[in-house]
Amino acid sequence: MNASDHGFNPAFNMATIRQAINDTIERDFGALLKTVRIPTPTRLRDLIRQIRAARTAAEERAVVNRECAYIRGTFREEDSVWRCRNIAKLLYIHMLGYPAHFGQLECLKLTASPRFTDKRIGYLGAMLLLDERQDVHLLITNCLKNDLNSTTQFVVGLALCTLGAIASPEMARDLAGEVEKLMRSPNAYIRKKAALCAFRIIKRVPELMEIFLPATRSLLNEKNHGILIAGVTLITEMCEKSQDTLNHFKKIVPNLVRILKNLILAGYSPEHDVSGVSDPFLQVKILRLLRILGHNDPDASEAMNDILAQVATNTETSKNVGNTILYETVLSIMDIKSEGGLRVLAVNILGRFLLNSDKNIRYVALNTLLRTVHADISAVQRHRSTILECLKDPDVSIRRRAMELSFALINSQNIRAMSKELLIFLEKADAEFKAQCSSRMVHVAERYATSIRWRLDTLLSVLIAAGNYVRDDVVSSTIQLILNSPPEEQAYIGLRLWDSLHNITNSFEDKQPLLQVAVWTIGEYGDLVLSSERIEESELVELYQKLLWSTSVSTASKQYTLVSLAKLSTRINSKEEEARAKQIIEAFGTHLHIDLQQRGVEFSQLFRDYSHLRPALLEKMPKIQKSLPNGNDSNGIFDEHSNSIDLIEGDELESSGLMSLSGGGGSLKVGSDSNALLDLLGGGSDDPADGLGLVSPTNSIIPTATTNGKTPIPSSSNNQDLLDLLGGLDMPASTPPAAIPPLGGGIGLDLNSLNDNSIKAPGPQTTGVTSSSSFGGLDNLLNSNVTLPATTAATTIPTGLASPTSLINSSSTANSLFNDFSSINNNEEHAKTLTALDKNGLLVQLVAKNSGGCLQIVMTAVNNSLITLEQYLFQAAVPRSFTLQMLSPSGSTLAPGGTITQEMRVSSTAKATLRMRLRISYQCDGNPILEQTEVSGFPEEPTPLE
Amino acid sequence: MMQFMLLFSRQGKLRLQKWYVAHPDKVKKKITRELITTILSRKPKMCSFLEWKDCKIVYKRYASLYFCCAIEQNDNELLTLEIIHRYVELLDKYFGSVCELDIIFNFEKAYFILDELLVGGEIQETSKKNVLKAIAAQDVLQERELDT
Repeated sequence: MNASDHGFNPAFNMATIRQAINDTIERDFGALLKTVRIPTPTRLRDLIRQIRAARTAAEERAVVNRECAYIRGTFREEDSVWRCRNIAKLLYIHMLGYPAHFGQLECLKLTASPRFTDKRIGYLGAMLLLDERQDVHLLITNCLKNDLNSTTQFVVGLALCTLGAIASPEMARDLAGEVEKLMRSPNAYIRKKAALCAFRIIKRVPELMEIFLPATRSLLNEKNHGILIAGVTLITEMCEKSQDTLNHFKKIVPNLVRILKNLILAGYSPEHDVSGVSDPFLQVKILRLLRILGHNDPDASEAMNDILAQVATNTETSKNVGNTILYETVLSIMDIKSEGGLRVLAVNILGRFLLNSDKNIRYVALNTLLRTVHADISAVQRHRSTILECLKDPDVSIRRRAMELSFALINSQNIRAMSKELLIFLEKADAEFKAQCSSRMVHVAERYATSIRWRLDTLLSVLIAAGNYVRDDVVSSTIQLILNSPPEEQAYIGLRLWDSLHNITNSFEDKQPLLQVAVWTIGEYGDLVLSSERIEESELVELYQKLLWSTSVSTASKQYTLVSLAKLSTRINSKEEEARAKQIIEAFGTHLHIDLQQRGVEFSQLFRDYSHLRPALLEKMPKIQKSLPNGNDSNGIFDEHSNSIDLIEGDELESSGLMSLSGGGGSLKVGSDSNALLDLLGGGSDDPADGLGLVSPTNSIIPTATTNGKTPIPSSSNNQDLLDLLGGLDMPASTPPAAIPPLGGGIGLDLNSLNDNSIKAPGPQTTGVTSSSSFGGLDNLLNSNVTLPATTAATTIPTGLASPTSLINSSSTANSLFNDFSSINNNEEHAKTLTALDKNGLLVQLVAKNSGGCLQIVMTAVNNSLITLEQYLFQAAVPRSFTLQMLSPSGSTLAPGGTITQEMRVSSTAKATLRMRLRISYQCDGNPILEQTEVSGFPEEPTPLE
Repeated sequence: MMQFMLLFSRQGKLRLQKWYVAHPDKVKKKITRELITTILSRKPKMCSFLEWKDCKIVYKRYASLYFCCAIEQNDNELLTLEIIHRYVELLDKYFGSVCELDIIFNFEKAYFILDELLVGGEIQETSKKNVLKAIAAQDVLQERELDT
């Protein structure tokens, strides 16, 4: 059998036999050793094999633990024979992620050994295991000092290399002298390492630069490339660290130019050649140093213009290495005061890079173009089509850069072509790009739009392409644009939205923003859309029903849709369809979602008792003017937020005004609104998650007031009331003073209605909703909250608005607030009151008034708590374009019910919107409390009434 | 200046780590883990660079090994690819068509070669010949010690 096996596979058997013999020899030899000497430790090679043979992590751990235990043992016994091998094994174990710090000291012992092998492993271990712990570092500094003075160049080399890798500031200080001496060594091998060590020392401790300066200059006179590159690196570091040294080294520009020229012109030198390019490493270093020396220096720049042009034109570009040099050259050309022609050449090199098949080079090109686009936009424009091509690159990083660059290149001439490409990109883009890309599209469309129709079309395309990824600002700005467009455009976009809505009937869930804009527009301009006679009224109502009953439509979108349907019901002619709309709306009166239910109930009222009011209440929204500077001025997040005006919100206020504060749903709603408002006040948290943005009071108060003017009934005054209160909370300052008197009246009305509500006796001024059965639960809900006397309850509402958590506040708060309001009413007719803080019983308000070219602001702090607040300190900061003068406060201690006032004067040097950042600190029960907030909405100009 | 260099396998096993900036062990481990996962999850079509914290990461795969370097914002990423390539060439010359196993079993040699190419995170020698000569001379020095 054996014979036949042999016959079949002799090679296999030969190998087995040889293996067997080897194994025997090794085993016997090992046994022999064992009997003769102490057991030898496992060899590094064998340990690695054992570890690699481990099949599970636990097995590997066991091998490592056993070995570590053994190694520790030998360390304890001070076994110096095998120390080197043990450290080597420990370094392998360390790389696997196991702790190996216990080998630190042993490494140091190795470095102190006279054997080169020991030193080599010892320093390797030191570089891998040592952190910057003081005690160990002192020890190694001594070892290094000895070895730096060694006569063997390789020992010095090891020490320099170690110092270069782990120099701590202390080590750098202690060894700088030695390194400086070695920089003058006749041995090139040592000199180059010493120069790089000096580089590291200066990096850690810049003050040590002085001592290296004299030895540095001569490094550039060498032929040896190692020394040259080390010298250039060292000088670069020195120039970056100190302007004086930079000026000192300006004179070496000709030397550098000469070295570079020699590199390019000298023939093939096999030693330094990298695919046809002579020492790219050195070339790049020199180019970078030239860039630093030529920056903002016309003379130095002049001296290097020629060589840069030469490098740019003579470099072989078929391989990465040539492009490496070109890339560095381009950076230098763009950074120094180079000639115009050279700059064009540089941008063209980048343009060529964009066409390169190597993705790395494309990436670098886009990155560099992005950096230079602002300096030389017209040169970059020429490569626009190539950049757009990169939008289709398979590499996501390249696509991202290309997108950023494309947006940077858009101007009013190319906006149409560019946005076409970007829309194609947006459609196919990854989710991570869609949000950013769509917002930027909206921004550029606003900035460079050539016509309203084009802009509307673009925004619609964005909504379609980006689906749910569009940010809320896109929805609100689109709606605002439609609102401000002429009627024919409104009809046009209404029809287009209708069409796109039809196209997505099966995929509502990923196109919610489009849906919201579409229903808003169709609801608002239903008459215009219908007048085209392309759409049947029944079709419209059908679609609404589908939307409202669909499970794939979000709640926020349903809110839009419901409001829209109510509006639409006044724009259609067919009684039949109107009845259907009514039916749909009424069905929501029992909806599980409280907000939808409220809307359902409120709107149903408009079909019943108050149907005569419906057309007037659901009028089209008036056009709005932007009261704040538009996004181009980039006033930061805060402004952007107050800028995004959510019109639906305005709608809602109009409608919920019917119920106003008399209904439970109403006050709950108010709570959530004020939350949103507060969010915005608090520095603009971008979380209007449910699509309820900010109503800019300036914009909405006046239009609503006009709407109300047509319907002089109690409900309308309630409505106004709510708005005024909102205004009063948020930015009464932006409400013209004329709006304040109605506020007083509003409170009076409210007082009645709430009073009535809580005693469950509908009075003449309530809307009669309390009797509605579906509403009973909510009433109870409200009643459980409003347990205060009627007078208090009414005045609590502003407080509730200011901080929704404290709807049931102490009566003193309410009273003082009431007082505050009335005092404003009586005395401060031309002033605006802003509530800066209302928390823990501390109410801080600012009353701002224009007086003689500057803004006079009086801070009033009222303590409504029962605890004395001490060390009250009010600090304010304003943007740079304003000057703030603060007078001393009336006190620093707030007894319960007490007040502190402090006057400030703000004058502006430029026309800008005043924002004020406040810091309010005080001690409550000995605990220091710090509040920070931001307030805006101060009167800008003397108000028109003055 | 190069901040650190990592060599790791396709399976995510660290094969070599060279740090030119001081970090506590824990931080080093965290950085290593993070980069290995990020780079291994990148597709071959993607470019060799990533932005990571305030550094640029440059990586390149050679057979089963990834070479990954962190460089500063001012550094040339294309040149870093050349440095990596130079290191691979040196390993290849030294070991004679190098493979991952050579680096696993002779990791200390791989470190020694790197230390003759870079000092303190900067290139110290641009001639391949000089690097190999220095390594060979030091190996001879070690062998002589073994004989005695």
